[in-house]
Parts: sequence; structure tokens; C-alpha cells
Amino acid sequence: MQKYSVFNLVKNALSNHENWDLAWKDPTPKEEYDVVIIGGGGHGLATAYYLAKEHNITNVAIIEKGWIGGGNVGRNTTIIRSNYMHDDNALFSEFGMDLWRRMSQDLNYNVMFSPRGIINLAHSDAQMNTYARRGNSMRLNGIDAVLLNREEVKEIIPMADFSENVRFPIFGGLMQPSAGTARHDAVAWGYARQADDMGVDIIQNCEVIGFDVSAGKINGVRTSRGDIKAKKIGLCVAGSTNILAEKLNMTLPIETHLLQACVSEPVKPVLDKVVTFGAGHFYISQSDKGEMVMGGDLDGYNSYAQRGNLPTLQHVLTEGIAMMPFLSKLKMLRTWGGIMDMSMDGSPIIDKTHIEGLYLNCGWCYGGFKATPASGWTFAHTIAQDRVHQLNAGYSLNRFNTGHLLDEKGLGTKTWIS
Amino acid sequence: MLHIKCPHCGMRSQNEFSYGGDATVKRPELGKEISDQDWDNFVYNRKSLRGKHWELWQHLSGCRQWIKVYRDTATHEIFKTLKANEEIS
Repeated sequence: MQKYSVFNLVKNALSNHENWDLAWKDPTPKEEYDVVIIGGGGHGLATAYYLAKEHNITNVAIIEKGWIGGGNVGRNTTIIRSNYMHDDNALFSEFGMDLWRRMSQDLNYNVMFSPRGIINLAHSDAQMNTYARRGNSMRLNGIDAVLLNREEVKEIIPMADFSENVRFPIFGGLMQPSAGTARHDAVAWGYARQADDMGVDIIQNCEVIGFDVSAGKINGVRTSRGDIKAKKIGLCVAGSTNILAEKLNMTLPIETHLLQACVSEPVKPVLDKVVTFGAGHFYISQSDKGEMVMGGDLDGYNSYAQRGNLPTLQHVLTEGIAMMPFLSKLKMLRTWGGIMDMSMDGSPIIDKTHIEGLYLNCGWCYGGFKATPASGWTFAHTIAQDRVHQLNAGYSLNRFNTGHLLDEKGLGTKTWIS
Repeated sequence: MLHIKCPHCGMRSQNEFSYGGDATVKRPELGKEISDQDWDNFVYNRKSLRGKHWELWQHLSGCRQWIKVYRDTATHEIFKTLKANEEIS
């Protein structure tokens, strides 16, 4: 494969960029693979990449119903952070932060990782106390956290509403300076290109119809492009997990919900941080193109529609305008929706299942994008070694049975306030 | 926007309602020995399928009654609504 470099860019410019290699091939499925990953989103592609890179397993297929990067990896608000309080979440996410920092070099693909920092705003003394506690927990786990008072926040984001007599005055905030954003499509394409180069077959337009399970073991998968045998199969289909679980006679602690995001028209640089509203559920950042990228709550009812309704959008943007009044002057450019695996405790599942050779990666709720590298890395480990890694031990499926819930924020399938 | 026909009040906009999840989940009977798996199925596990779905809504900003709604999770089309004590047929 041609390396992406200045030298190759100049070389290919001489032939009008007509001779670049394809970033990935379009193979026909083989009869059998060592591992089949279902779902060609960020997590599935990353899993295949780390299976090849870390575990030397290259006889791998990714099968994807649509096209790679067409699901949630292309629909998120690109926020990357590790500002978690609980150890399981914090250590997992911070491991991911390390992978993010090296990703562009690792993949030979510019994922435009921009560690610009995230600020969670606080709107009461009590919230400042909980942020101090979370910040201290983060620092104990080696994650950078800075507690900001009102004046310090004002210096960093002067465009926020600092008037005295508002419903939710800004008391301060918790900042993780190393958090940031990345170009989400590039993450999918970068992983796909490298995985393909190491021998992984990326099979698009291939829908799973059923599974071949006998005597508690997985033997293969039936697809719209024929049967594929495999001793190990990994599910990475956040948003459609319940549909595939039904084919396996499994019922999971997951509901499928709708989450919307939107961007404004592009404006000149005004906001160089990711900021979240502390009195509701709203987050905002500015893309390199100048658009204000915004998101918030779930629509609040089970849905597979991948498109949302206006009441939720209106509710979310009301919060945005309360936080940064200048947003009311902007025109909306695009809105869209994606379907989320909402787990019952708000934390994901990366685990083995009761079926031998079947592995589960799901339940990412609002936070799937930032977890892409760590999820792929730990899922690849779980599949290759047939045992969970220490980093994803907390993301077990049976925690709902044993009571070891990972309730970071009390966010489950319910919206923030309903 | 969804328009939900409350069996008590008539057609109202979704803004007046809050969602309560799968309406077919039954609480295990009182006073009986319940396995952990039964509790799991009641508290956490959901089918959450694509397609027609019986679900609970509460007419929170209206009559405050819980109702059952038969809705398609892929198209958001609503076929039928029932009072909370009416059996799903």
C-alpha cells in the first residue's frame, strides 16, 4: 500500500492524483474466516485492526449491512474525553486517550485529533462540590482535571452567559485540558485502510440473516451474500444489537433509542473548547469548518428511525441558547439522528457470551465515538485470548445480574429529565 | 412531532407525554419464589425490537394517566392506544 506522505502527495500530483491505490478493496466473502466481526463502524474496524496488529490474526472479515462509516461513527459530535469518576470508566477511557494521541501516526492517516479541552459547566455550589470530587478521582487515576471558578471560566469562554440574574448562573466548571475532538470519518477510514492492508476483508452491503449455533457453540453466520463459517464472531453493531440478539435468542439490558445532533452555519472561530451545559444535557464545540456542532438528549422513546423529531431539538437548543445566547443568531445548517444502544446503567458491555465463540460489544449510549480505539483494542484482546482484559472487566454482561452496575451519571435509557 | 391519542383526553402532541418503556414487561408475582433471572428480565432485559411495539406513556402534562401505545419503532407510526388497565389484544 502506498504510504500517505508529502513525497507521495507530490509524486501523485504529477499524475493528476489518478494513480492512488484504493484505500481498501472490495472482496467477495470467503467460505471461512478465523474471526468474523459484524458491523463495519468505528468499533468493528478498530477491532479488526487490533486483531491483526496486536494478535497477528489476519484471517478476519468485517461484514457490514450498509457501507463502512455510515452509522454512528459518521453521525456523532466527535468528542473525545476521559473525564470519568469510576475507576473502570476512567482507566478504560484514559487508555483510549493514549491511543488517540498516537492514532494519526499509527494509522498513517490524519484523524485531526485536536486536544482542545472540555469544560463541564457547574451552576450551583453543590455541583461545584461534585465536580471537585470527580476531578480528584480523575487525578488519582492519572487524568488531568482542573476545577475552574467563575472568573476562570469567563476568561476561557467569554461568550457564555455570565449575567447575574439568569436561571442557571455559571458558578464554575471542571476542565479536562487533554480532551478534544477528532475527524470522525477519518477514524473509520484510517482503521479500514490499515486493517485492509494487513489482510482483513471488509465486506460491505452484506446483511446478517441468521447465525449457525449448535451445542452452545457458534459455527458461522448466514448473510445476504452467503454463509460464512467462523469459530469466533464479534458483534459490534451498536444501534442494531437488539435485532441481532433476537436472532440469537438473547435478551439484553439494552434499549435502542434515537439521539440527534445538529450543526449551525459556519462562522469565524469563536469557541476553542468543548463545552457542556451543567443544568441539562447539551454539548457544543466548533468544527474546523466553523460550524457549531451541538447535541443533547435522547428523543426519549425506543426508535430505529435514524431521524428525530423537533420537540427534542427545540429543547436541546433552548439549553444551548441559555448557555451561549449568541447561538440564537445562527442559522441551523443540518440536523440528523443516529440510533443508540442505551444500556440500563449507561455503561457499555464488552464481554463473552453464554455461546462459545460469540463476543459482544454494545451498549455505548452517548459515548461510543471517544471509545473507538480502546473498545477495538480490548474487544480484540477479548476475542483473541477468549478472556476479558483487565481494562474491560468492568464492562461485563452479568453485572446486571450480580448488581455491580457502573452507573457513572445515572444515565440509562431515560432522558436526563423526563 | 408525534401525536398521541390519549384514551382519556383525545389527540395531543408528544410534548405533553413522558415515556415509560415496554408495556409487555410484567412484574413477577408477589409472594412467590423468584429467580435472579426473572428479576433480571423484569428490571433490565428488553427486546426493544424494530417494528411494532407496545409501550407505556404517561400523559404527564395532561390527565397524568399512564396509557399503552402501539407504535412502530422504525416509522414512528401509532396504530392504537389503550388505557393502562386495558389488556393488550
